[in-house]
Amino acid sequence: MILSKVIELLLGGMVTSIEIFLLTLLFSLPLGLVVAGGRMSKFAPLRWIAKVYISIMRGTPLMLQLIVVFFAPYYVFGINLSADYRFIAVIIAFTINYAAYFAEIYRGGIESINSGQYEAAQVLGYSKFQTFFIIILPQVFKVVLPSITNEVITLVKDTSLSFVIAIPEMFTVAKQIAASEASIAALLVAGVFYYVFNMIVAFVMEHIENRLDYYE
Amino acid sequence: MSLLEVKNLKKSFDDNVVLKDISLNVERGEVLAIIGPSGSGKSTLLRCITDLEQEDSGEINFDGTFGLVFQNFNLFPHHSVMKNITNAPIKVQKRDKSEVFEHARKLLSQMGLSDKEDAYPCELSGGQQQRVSIARALAMNPDILFFDEPTSALDPELTGEILNVIKDLAANNMTMVIVTHEMAFARNVADTIIFMDGGVIVEEGTPEEVFSSDNQRMKDFLGKFYD
Repeated sequence: MILSKVIELLLGGMVTSIEIFLLTLLFSLPLGLVVAGGRMSKFAPLRWIAKVYISIMRGTPLMLQLIVVFFAPYYVFGINLSADYRFIAVIIAFTINYAAYFAEIYRGGIESINSGQYEAAQVLGYSKFQTFFIIILPQVFKVVLPSITNEVITLVKDTSLSFVIAIPEMFTVAKQIAASEASIAALLVAGVFYYVFNMIVAFVMEHIENRLDYYE
Repeated sequence: MSLLEVKNLKKSFDDNVVLKDISLNVERGEVLAIIGPSGSGKSTLLRCITDLEQEDSGEINFDGTFGLVFQNFNLFPHHSVMKNITNAPIKVQKRDKSEVFEHARKLLSQMGLSDKEDAYPCELSGGQQQRVSIARALAMNPDILFFDEPTSALDPELTGEILNVIKDLAANNMTMVIVTHEMAFARNVADTIIFMDGGVIVEEGTPEEVFSSDNQRMKDFLGKFYD
């Protein structure tokens, strides 16, 4: 197979990788905030549910979680799901896994905000809701951004785990080509693609960090 | 009726009794300075009155709006000076935007900070930050303004800056309750001084009365400042 054909096939897989990447961020970034809220709740049962959830998501392999999310509806509940479910399962598994990591990052960020900020907001009459979204959260984002960047870069590489349930993303495609051609060229090209992908991610995140640099 | 009435206020943190039985009145236009050693309960008293702490028992009667100026300013670092001042009047009090901005510009010029509208708190000196936080409190049109050791985080030069601002406010009949360690200032600006120690009011009166008190605890405390 000529190189241009390999690149063409890999770019096709890359579209799927990017879809997984973007959809995971779209759902897991807000979900992480909800989980962090549960984790810090004054209501003990909620706090424990969040704690156990985070513990399981961080304590077991993402690859295993992908398989469980994909196969559980059939093997546990006997539900036959459509072919589309394969992709949905990937998004669900990545989302619930990354939300756990994001939740802990948010929690650290929220706890780092000085209590004086809450007090000043209270004295000025801001509601709890306003205090969180106008005063606290914008400051939290600045604090957590470097940690979020780390996770986002990891996510780019983790999308390759989708091969385990045969999603035709870039790594799955690269492996197939490598197997049929008995050559690792396709895998090396895939490696370059992941690397470039992450350079772009790092560039974008750095840009956002710089945008937030207007205050200390 | 007094603008603010505190009756038999009691507050403990676990076994530590911080306020034993505090009663005081503040009249409209009055400047009350609360002095006393660290740990005497001054700040806790202010925090109870401003709802930052919940008292264990007692009564606080106050019908109006108040502002609180913190020792550490507690400006919002991600908001510009202008937004720090205008956001609560607009978002909380639902006042007209252009009226609030006009008000804020007037306050900033009063504070000598007209050129700092677009600055962020991190770009300002401590004294400037404290003046912004006073402007932020004033922008809410408070009936009474509380100060919790407003100069304790500032060096002597910047302290003078803030004390002058408070003096100007007093001259304009602003009702104020000031917890402070600045004895000379308290004596100079206050109508009434309360000396607290160990969670009780030991001495209360005009500056002349309090500073010439025969109370031994009061004398010991003041002696340290005269030495």
